[in-house]
Amino acid sequence: MKALAFAAGLFTASAALAELPVLTVYAPDYFTSEWGPGPTIEARFEEKCACDLQFKPGDLLPRLLLEGARTQADVVIGLNTDITKRARASGLFAPHGLALDGLTLPIDWTDDTFVPFNWSYVSFVYNSDALPEPPTSFETLIAAPDDLKIIVQDPRSSISGLALILWVKAVYGDRAGEIWEGLAPHILTVTKGWSEAYGLFTDGEAPMVLSFTTSPAYHIAAEGDLTKRAAIFDEGHYAFFELTAKLANTDQPELADAFMAFTLSEAFQSAIPETNWSFPAALDRSAWPQVFQDLPNPKTAIFLSEDQAAALRDEAIEEWRRALSK
Amino acid sequence: MAARFVQISAALMVMGLIIGPIAAVLWGAGSMPAPRDADWQALRFTIWQAFLSASVSVILAIPTARALARQNFFGRGVLITLLGAPFILPVIVAVLGLLAVFGNSGTVNTILGWAGLPQISVYGIQGVVLAHVFFNLPLATRLILQGWLSLPGERLRLAESLGLGPWQFMGVLEWPMLRQVLPGAFAAIFVICLSSFAVALTLGGGPRATTLELAIYQTLRMDFDLGRAGLLAGLQLVVALTAGLLALGVTRAPGFGVGLDRVIQRQDATKILVRLQDAVCLVCVTLFLMGPLSAVVLRGMGALHELGPSVWWAAGYSLSVALGSTALCIVWALALAHRGGEWLSLAGISLSPLVLGIGLFLLLRPFVHPGDLALLVTAVLNALMALPFAVRILRPEVEATRQDHARLSAALGLSSWLWLRWILLPRLKRPLGFAAGLTAALSIGDLGVIALFADPDRATLPLQIYRLMSSYRMEQAGAAALVLLMLSLGVFWLFDRGGRANVKA
Repeated sequence: MKALAFAAGLFTASAALAELPVLTVYAPDYFTSEWGPGPTIEARFEEKCACDLQFKPGDLLPRLLLEGARTQADVVIGLNTDITKRARASGLFAPHGLALDGLTLPIDWTDDTFVPFNWSYVSFVYNSDALPEPPTSFETLIAAPDDLKIIVQDPRSSISGLALILWVKAVYGDRAGEIWEGLAPHILTVTKGWSEAYGLFTDGEAPMVLSFTTSPAYHIAAEGDLTKRAAIFDEGHYAFFELTAKLANTDQPELADAFMAFTLSEAFQSAIPETNWSFPAALDRSAWPQVFQDLPNPKTAIFLSEDQAAALRDEAIEEWRRALSK
Repeated sequence: MAARFVQISAALMVMGLIIGPIAAVLWGAGSMPAPRDADWQALRFTIWQAFLSASVSVILAIPTARALARQNFFGRGVLITLLGAPFILPVIVAVLGLLAVFGNSGTVNTILGWAGLPQISVYGIQGVVLAHVFFNLPLATRLILQGWLSLPGERLRLAESLGLGPWQFMGVLEWPMLRQVLPGAFAAIFVICLSSFAVALTLGGGPRATTLELAIYQTLRMDFDLGRAGLLAGLQLVVALTAGLLALGVTRAPGFGVGLDRVIQRQDATKILVRLQDAVCLVCVTLFLMGPLSAVVLRGMGALHELGPSVWWAAGYSLSVALGSTALCIVWALALAHRGGEWLSLAGISLSPLVLGIGLFLLLRPFVHPGDLALLVTAVLNALMALPFAVRILRPEVEATRQDHARLSAALGLSSWLWLRWILLPRLKRPLGFAAGLTAALSIGDLGVIALFADPDRATLPLQIYRLMSSYRMEQAGAAALVLLMLSLGVFWLFDRGGRANVKA
């Protein structure tokens, strides 16, 4: 009898679950891991949506382009501004229809398809024990002795690496190649992604690594370590946004819209800083955790529109490759 | 009949797994672009680093194998087993360990700093070669050691009674043996280094050090250019297949790794100078190979207690993937343990795993969500990647058994099942254990196709390490790397051990 009741319970439970509509959200791997924002956000959204939110981790754009219009995704979260032109051209996305006046970004955001949910500045993070006087601009970094080494990411495989070459290109234009030649002796190695580079940095392989101005917040909040700091450059910093978008042929349009609106709500935004270790995109500064409020801020936000980024990308990558291949 | 059927269906499966995904990628691409400047640069670098890595590995392996061949000492067997460890080590773990020894803040530079000597830099082609030598020196040593042990004892005694000096001895006996063994060892390592990916991208030092496999990753990741990925994979296939076929053509040595516990008896081996020379060589190699391993252990121990259940679950999933992969690989390898099968299995390792993964994704997509099958696909691809090694290990023994017992089984009219059960398998115990251990260990450490489309609920251990790293938890990642190290050495040891039980060789 007991076994029967148990089996019946199992059956009804799964039947109840099966009745819930499923919202499929493609997200980067780091986002859905137990240490990322995914689990909190899933719990908070499911509290009120009467749905089953399922994250599918993996590479976003390659996968969407592979799957085309037959994708299962209803929403995609974690795209980045420097590749939105390609994403938009695919015709896979629908306008979000949201009011964007709640955004708290350093730039004006008017895109009708892609909505930012977090942001940060690309910057070099240094260890103040190893580097008491960090460079204050690309030029002072170039002028520093050759034993000041930095680790960067490859713009051909990493979005932070791509952001760096766009940053240099935006600031120096035609002189970008020359700047890279000056930086080349300082570059210890180029990694495929952020994780490898940051791992080498924390292992003490180099005193400085390409990361974000918000990275030190993790070390302060989670480890009480005050020696990891962002080097603020006089020329300003490239702003890096992560975006959400709704798929045009989602079979759950209402749920997708609800989720899109949810990404700008406080319940979502307040989960971002201490899981994604970046700034929330629609939360007043006074509501940020104290460590984030205390982080040093660049004077200028540099940002290339997707058209500018797309126009400069190939040239900037080639300049970078040539300078570093010498 | 049944045996023939299994052989043919295994061959068809493997062939389909190689051709299907490639066809899917090329079909999806539509057209193939012309190679760019950067593609040629990648091709040149790939060949150059593989050439250097294979040369250095083989050259260093000669004195190592000779020392192991002629010296008998306490712990020799354990040393031979331990020296095999780097080959089955997950790349991500090995790179961490190598950097702890040779990196900017590693042991070597710390010692150089105390001594007031200039620092060495591991970043650049030297780092890529260093890592490849680390992985492949054990393989080269095993292959060459096998050659040394195959020198017939009568000839050794004859040479001694004739009073041949060390140089004459080398000219008359050792050199002809090396000439047979070295090209095969060189080519095997050359092919393995061709598809190097993770090593080049961390230790390479910059875009100069882009291998073809890394270029494929970049094309797929950012440009999503299937045509270019196909082109690059094609280039890689041509180079690897050429080298591989050359290797098969020149290799006459039997499979590697089994029956290494014999020591050749030589008078001159007991001379003090020779003993000293061999001791220095073995100590250096042991330090070189064991240093990074110890670094991984030391680094990971501190945070071991912080690891959450998800890491242990991931270890469990990795283990099941490895076991599935091993079972599949061994069945294939038994069926393909003949000359044609060996050629076929070689194509598996010559192909870009990333392109295979994308191709399978394209093939599966119309039917299922590929993420749901990520573990299965990983297991199948890992089996394919380990197949050339398994076939190499099994083929000589399978063929020898077939020759020795063909008439007996024909006379008895044994069915293929009985033949397999009573004649072949018992004789294959040792190579089977070795092949299974190797396959399982290689599979456990592989991140592979999981990087492109992960299963939402079931992460493998290498993926979990990346997740820990991308959420700033570097210390826990180090501890998880230690778990990965233990797991891959553990399964290797268990299988290899199981194969040796009750066997007196």
